[in-house]
Amino acid sequence: MFGIAGIIPDETLPLVYGVPVLKDNHLIIDRWQIPIERGTAALIASAIKTLEVFKKPNPIVFLVGDIGKGTGSKSLYQFLAENLFQHSFQVFTFHYILPEVDSCLKVIFSIEKLSKKPFLIADAGFMYAVKMAGYANFFDLFTPDLGELAFLADEKAPHPFYTRGFLLSNEKDIESLIKRAYQYQNAPPYLLVKGEKDWVVYNQEVLATVDEPLVPELEAIGGTGDTITGMVSALIYAGYPPEKACILAAKANRLAGALASPTPATQISTIIDFIPNALKKLTG
Amino acid sequence: MMEWLTKLLPTKRNKKDKTNQSSQKALLIFENTSEVIQAERILQTQGYKVKVVGPPPEVRKGCDLAIEVPVVEIPGIINLLKTRKIEPLDFISFSEEEILKPVDLFHVKDFGEYLMVRAANMKITVDKKTLTIVNVSGGGCPDVPYLASILIGLNLKNSFPPKEKGHTLCGYALHLAYEKAKELLCSE
Repeated sequence: MFGIAGIIPDETLPLVYGVPVLKDNHLIIDRWQIPIERGTAALIASAIKTLEVFKKPNPIVFLVGDIGKGTGSKSLYQFLAENLFQHSFQVFTFHYILPEVDSCLKVIFSIEKLSKKPFLIADAGFMYAVKMAGYANFFDLFTPDLGELAFLADEKAPHPFYTRGFLLSNEKDIESLIKRAYQYQNAPPYLLVKGEKDWVVYNQEVLATVDEPLVPELEAIGGTGDTITGMVSALIYAGYPPEKACILAAKANRLAGALASPTPATQISTIIDFIPNALKKLTG
Repeated sequence: MMEWLTKLLPTKRNKKDKTNQSSQKALLIFENTSEVIQAERILQTQGYKVKVVGPPPEVRKGCDLAIEVPVVEIPGIINLLKTRKIEPLDFISFSEEEILKPVDLFHVKDFGEYLMVRAANMKITVDKKTLTIVNVSGGGCPDVPYLASILIGLNLKNSFPPKEKGHTLCGYALHLAYEKAKELLCSE
């Protein structure tokens, strides 16, 4: 089983969970129709598109509405801490949520009690919370962008907002940021660093970089980081070893972007439509 | 208010502090980041010279901000905030080494027709000719997808500042990127 948890920017959405269907750029779950324009919904949509290619079942998702006030996030943390044990997950991806150390730790402690630990992936707010809680190496894969890598490399920053200038200005020297993130135990075994060039890292060693096709416009498009995380999660669930999954997701994200012929004003749903095509081209 | 005043009064052992009070700074701690953002706006509107910073580790919960204020102005600040129904949980003294400074480094990328500005982990992209906000990306806090959904399509000149509707540090970082984009594109 493959699980995904995160928030949706709609205050009216209560905590819902189940297996969604993707239809007309919306996730359908219970009576809810959630647009896939950004965030966790975009991640789930890209995961579903990937799973379609490999003929695997859709993930089970845990969602709640939150526009930043934190109430929804709190209920999601609590629900996960109390209910994750009821399922047997092979892969679980945590995404947008208000970063809060105590609540995050409760979820981690509940995972520790599982008889078999899933392959754990974190991105966005949950990744921030895990790093601040000091549990980065309890996870298996983080998918930061360059700004977030600088944050992981800063042992003092509790949030990317506080990343110290000397690290932010050092973004061209990605290898030293990677080294520093591991030095302070703020990185899990695998890192997929998303940027102009994508970096696949295992325990500080750079396994591969991906920079083709280069589509500079993708950096401006909200959700291109979410789609790569959705794809890599689905590929690992589909049986790809993490290193190959990271490389394939990075390539497919670029190719789907290139196939969409984007401008910086393109919206992510346009690119998500090209994911199956990109994956099929790359896997022959 | 009495508790606040008691905390502010200099004790015998720190008589010397009294003379330095005019330059001393303290941090106001609030329940959540939304209150910090609201309080900052109110105080700045009223002419107080305050700035947002990260609280020291012992009071840090996660997505936190605090407001650095001059100690001598605390009574007035508390009174003003109370009239607006915002009350800090506490105030604390601090050393410069303990607090965290918000990001002040911006990355700007010119795509020809579009300009992208990044502050920390948040990016905003604007059509240079029409000044329409065409994309918002990055971030990991819950108000980011929300702010993106209501900002995209608006004109940079006429839109609301993100910190008015943001609740988190990512929302605040987006605000900084927005202000920088405005400075670069709307200054004439």
